[in-house]
Amino acid sequence: MIKGKVIKYGNNVDTDVIIPARYLNTSDPAELARHCMEDLDPTFVGRVNAGDVMVAGRNFGCGSSREHAPIALKASGISCIIAETFARIFYRNAINIGLPILECPLAAQEISEGDEVSVDVNTGIITNHTTGKVYQGEPFPEFMQQIIKSEGLINYVRERMGQK
Amino acid sequence: MGMTMTQKILAAHAGLDKVEAGQLIMADLDLVLGNDVTTPVAIKEFNKIGADGVFDKNKVAIVPDHFTPNKDIKSAQQCRLIREFAHHKEIANYFEIGRMGIEHALIPEQGLAVPGDVIIGADSHTCTYGALGAFSTGVGSTDMAAGMALGKCWFKVPEAIRFNLTGKLQPWVSGKDVILHIIGKIGVDGALYQSMEFGGEGLASLSMDDRFTIANMAIEAGAKNGIFEVDQQTLDYVKEHSTKEYKVYSADEDAVYTRVIDVNLSEIKLTVAFPHQPDNTRTIDQAGDIAIDQVVIGSCTNGRIEDLRAAARVLKGRKVHPRVRTIIFPATQKIYLQAMKEGLLEIFIEAGAAVSTPTCGPCLGGHMGILAKGERAVATTNRNFVGRMGHPESEVYLASPAVAAASAVTGRISSPEEVVL
Repeated sequence: MIKGKVIKYGNNVDTDVIIPARYLNTSDPAELARHCMEDLDPTFVGRVNAGDVMVAGRNFGCGSSREHAPIALKASGISCIIAETFARIFYRNAINIGLPILECPLAAQEISEGDEVSVDVNTGIITNHTTGKVYQGEPFPEFMQQIIKSEGLINYVRERMGQK
Repeated sequence: MGMTMTQKILAAHAGLDKVEAGQLIMADLDLVLGNDVTTPVAIKEFNKIGADGVFDKNKVAIVPDHFTPNKDIKSAQQCRLIREFAHHKEIANYFEIGRMGIEHALIPEQGLAVPGDVIIGADSHTCTYGALGAFSTGVGSTDMAAGMALGKCWFKVPEAIRFNLTGKLQPWVSGKDVILHIIGKIGVDGALYQSMEFGGEGLASLSMDDRFTIANMAIEAGAKNGIFEVDQQTLDYVKEHSTKEYKVYSADEDAVYTRVIDVNLSEIKLTVAFPHQPDNTRTIDQAGDIAIDQVVIGSCTNGRIEDLRAAARVLKGRKVHPRVRTIIFPATQKIYLQAMKEGLLEIFIEAGAAVSTPTCGPCLGGHMGILAKGERAVATTNRNFVGRMGHPESEVYLASPAVAAASAVTGRISSPEEVVL
């Protein structure tokens, strides 16, 4: 079960603001995390705590295919992202690297900055402990649950290749 | 219930007679692509898999095009990593500096994408090859790693929006204006998770370069892929560039679409996307008086020979405005050479523009034309997000090569009709 404090943003948060391209000359997660969200919210790095949950509007993660974006968010301590919708490449990338993400328009709209929420990624149930409201997010299809159970696509592939 | 073009290609590559929207499938890949930014992460993941080699040495392509020629020591390290990987794994399609190009201009030119292919690339603009009637889509580095090992990728079969093209483009209006017009209409998430399928009688009037530009920016509407019906022009292009086997797919008569949008090409005007989203579009007559500092003509969207010809038609015998820097990037070495033979490079240099070796460079704020605080650029690139070309307080206006060149001359956003009388 994931539990954390909410950091909230709006619609169309793109991968260029999640991690600007000027920092893509490295793939080191810790270094990427130091610049996460820099062009949208320079205060993010200073205030994010391990376990925090990011909540956003429509089309989260639009733009570039850079896997550095979910890597930077995960390395900065974000435990889960809830949004109205995700851009599709970001969606794949987050699942592939084992960063839980959930689509739930109502929760994304109603949850506020600073709220305490918990998320059960198996059932898709989101609980806002600050307001007491409970939401049903879109649970993952079984196929994606298998990838998550394998802790990412690479382990899933290793299992398929019979090398684990 | 019939299938769309994309659904038919995916079904064939998954060994299925039929697929439906929403179905999860495992499809065979005809090409797996990466660049110098995304491949280093893919190599790290590939090594964890423990595979001896890639699934097919001829079906992986690696192009160092983003931060090349190496912009700094860290970029040089990343390029060395991918170069050594390519050599060690004997990857046939690794393209070194001096022989390379921007990946999405280079891959079709090298004949590596043909109709009916399923292609993934660790770069969001991989959707470009839909211009050839292929299914191609951007993925992340981990998908690239798994693709290199298995030759397979999982997909959720997408729904589709059908764009019925009619009419013919007006003078100066290009594929860039068509796609900006469409994104302005449906929004940056207007085709989220879906295919954008282009066809109809208007198709014949769009050149291959127009089609590459349109398919290239499908991702800017959130689409999984953009795909064009195959016609004689496509087949002529394939014949000229490729020896690969291809297969032409067309949508079933009773294919199901979430939306059908009619686009009359004759009515499309020159279009500019204002900061900071590609759907923030205005026609050129509504642009107002916007003074600019820089013009960038190039990128995987608009660095092809027709783009350079359009820019040259505007710049010939004219001078870049004294307050403006203009940088022009032919997208591949072959295009560069062709532009040289046609005298286009001379026109650019005489006009006071800089001409660069192929690189993604400034498009993503890498190098070769970064903007300072408060500066504005007109660019033929594909994204105008906050900080995309440099300082977070700089601005990018997306436009066609003709509009960009005209703006270079006047120093503000302008129509070529204002400059070429």
